[in-house]
Amino acid sequence: MTEPTEKKKKTQIPRTPMPEQEPKVRARNFAEVPFGYNPELAKLEASRCLQCKKPACVAGCPVSIDIPGFIGLILQEDFRGAARKLKEMNSLPAVCGRVCPQEDQCEKVCILGKKGEPVAIGRLERFAADLEQKQGEFILPPMAPPTGKKVAVVGSGPAGLTLAGDLIKKGHKVTVFEALHKAGGVLVYGIPEFRLPKDIVQAEVEYLERLGVEVRCDMVVGQIFTVDELMANGHDAVFLGTGAGLPTFMNIPGENLNGVYSANEYLTRSNLMKAYLFPQYDTPIALGKKVAVLGGGNVAMDSARTALRLGADEVYIVYRRSKKELPARMEEVHHAEEEGIKFHFLTLPVEILGKDDGWVCGMKCQKMELGEPDESGRRRPIPIPGSEFVLEVDMVVVAIGTGANPLIPSTTPDLKTNKWGYIIADPETGATSKKGVYAGGDIVTGSATVILAMGAGRKAGDAIHKYLTG
Amino acid sequence: MAGNLALNSRTGGKEKEALFPIVDAKLLAASVKQFKVAAPEIARKRKSGQFVVLRTHEEGERIPLTIADADPAAGTITLIFQEVGKSTMQLGKLKAGDSILDLIGPLGRPTHIEKFGTVVCIGGGIGIAPVYPIAKGMREAGNKVISIIGARTKDLLILEEEMTRVSHVLKVSTDDGSYGFHGFVSDILQDIIDEGNPIHLVVAIGPVPMMRVVCNVTRSRNLKTVVSLNPIMVDATGMCGACRVSVGGRTRFVCVDGPEFDGHEVNFAELVKRQRAYLDQEQQATKMFLHPEGACMGGKS
Repeated sequence: MTEPTEKKKKTQIPRTPMPEQEPKVRARNFAEVPFGYNPELAKLEASRCLQCKKPACVAGCPVSIDIPGFIGLILQEDFRGAARKLKEMNSLPAVCGRVCPQEDQCEKVCILGKKGEPVAIGRLERFAADLEQKQGEFILPPMAPPTGKKVAVVGSGPAGLTLAGDLIKKGHKVTVFEALHKAGGVLVYGIPEFRLPKDIVQAEVEYLERLGVEVRCDMVVGQIFTVDELMANGHDAVFLGTGAGLPTFMNIPGENLNGVYSANEYLTRSNLMKAYLFPQYDTPIALGKKVAVLGGGNVAMDSARTALRLGADEVYIVYRRSKKELPARMEEVHHAEEEGIKFHFLTLPVEILGKDDGWVCGMKCQKMELGEPDESGRRRPIPIPGSEFVLEVDMVVVAIGTGANPLIPSTTPDLKTNKWGYIIADPETGATSKKGVYAGGDIVTGSATVILAMGAGRKAGDAIHKYLTG
Repeated sequence: MAGNLALNSRTGGKEKEALFPIVDAKLLAASVKQFKVAAPEIARKRKSGQFVVLRTHEEGERIPLTIADADPAAGTITLIFQEVGKSTMQLGKLKAGDSILDLIGPLGRPTHIEKFGTVVCIGGGIGIAPVYPIAKGMREAGNKVISIIGARTKDLLILEEEMTRVSHVLKVSTDDGSYGFHGFVSDILQDIIDEGNPIHLVVAIGPVPMMRVVCNVTRSRNLKTVVSLNPIMVDATGMCGACRVSVGGRTRFVCVDGPEFDGHEVNFAELVKRQRAYLDQEQQATKMFLHPEGACMGGKS
């Protein structure tokens, strides 16, 4: 039997690194950080996959991609076949290959990870999807015959796009309503170019349009149409995937000074409006020299790294707990550290200080220590008396999370929400309190990840299909 | 330029017919223009006090503008704007037959309109445009409408005829005395109050200093005063918070909580500072727009 030795050989190949821009160089440009695998590197990495009979990675994927299947095709150099395999289950593989927290999902349960390092599934996904996009020849998947049913999808973020892709393939007519002037939701306004190039998102949206999905931008549902009007206008079902688009502030003095941004505003200016290209693009953005970013999640890392690229000399992440509790992906924290972002852990901002002209000039902070665990299981930060100090900054970005935008619930009387304003929906089906109306993604769960929103879109899509055909 | 996208350059594949054609364009006063734009869905849905956001080109800003009027039967809305910087100047270059790339609306909360009794509607400068649909709505709801409109000088006064039509009484002022009363709209308001006329509501829209002075006049008489605010906005759907203002000590978002607020509660000083946040960039952009050959920023056209 050759298998054991073969297996042994495979486990001895180290995980293939992905070439990326030098930290010092990339900290000053908006180009994507990693360059991605070339075919040789991809085949080398693909050769590490054990092709498990019962693959744990597939179970670890919220949209159940046939991971050994697509990796096997890469190994056979059938790169297009690999892309097609990905798209059987995932409408947005080029996006997921970049922004999924694979370390907590598929790669976390990869058998190779028990003794060494898991297969770089995300990097391989990205490779196959990018190659197909670059070649520009898409092979359309099999489409079910038209059912005559119409579905309205509100919001074109990861949940809505996934559901739209699923339902169009099942023969339903799908219209996506997007409030902004570009489709993609958080993928377009939130995640920066250097992490997710906007051309990639655009190409994924265009792929869905080629499948027949109608995307209507500039449509603020709740204003131009209510959910009831969508139903009355011939839609047989409605999916609400509007995201958690309401910025949270600290509610400390000085937050309305000039130079204080919500992360949503800062990132929207830079990403959606391309203010980093001002004056070629018309939307301006403040160019802070000493910038404090409040919060410790991925959005905080994105904001800090954007500030650096916009020319800041010093960028601080100010977080009230310690490094261990940072909610951001470790890869993002690592990238931020490499680029020179400084961290103030166990630090709580208590006041933003301003000059007479209304601009920020500093931030009063208090040092904290960790006490007993709170309801989230994390140790609660407690102020240390007499530890106040002033951080000299000329810009502050508040990245402490988002809440539920009330526009749709407030115009849909029979749609039930919880005490935070999130829509109440069945976690397995996305069904809401209103017949024919489903919801998923951040508007149900609060701020989460792209792939969890996609998983919610997948489940709701399945449920809507059953509802329409059952 | 990202010229690698073979298809239409807009995500969400905006087709030509989805653009918003300008069916009529006219100059109302020096640098003040009025467009009638075909936007049937918005025309059908909008209510007094609401606004739209528009973009004229791919690199353009999102510009918020009040809907001055709408004709649901014709499927048009009326927009009135003053050319003050690059973005409004670019908008002003469009003519009848041209199209607006993006038009999003209606946005914001409608004006609270009911029969109050006597309503004084005050518009200053370009603020007459947003006050007009409110005066019209108040009149239709059975109120007695006393309107006061003013401008720096006669040539800048707009919508006098329209305001005459929807008001029981119309008073006009100019700062330089070139037309109507020589002085400010707030002076006329003071006179009306002093004459002892019963007033149930004051609506004031215009430059911040004007709204602030009007609020000072009405505060002493405890006259409820509604103002409509125009801070800097980005998405205008409640997502970014750029337009936050302090009202009664609380932070509110003008785009979704407003644009109208109790004028006695608004922190105008903060609003003025926030409106000026990008003054340097705005001046730079305007200069480059007016004198492209003299531009020295990165050698871009």
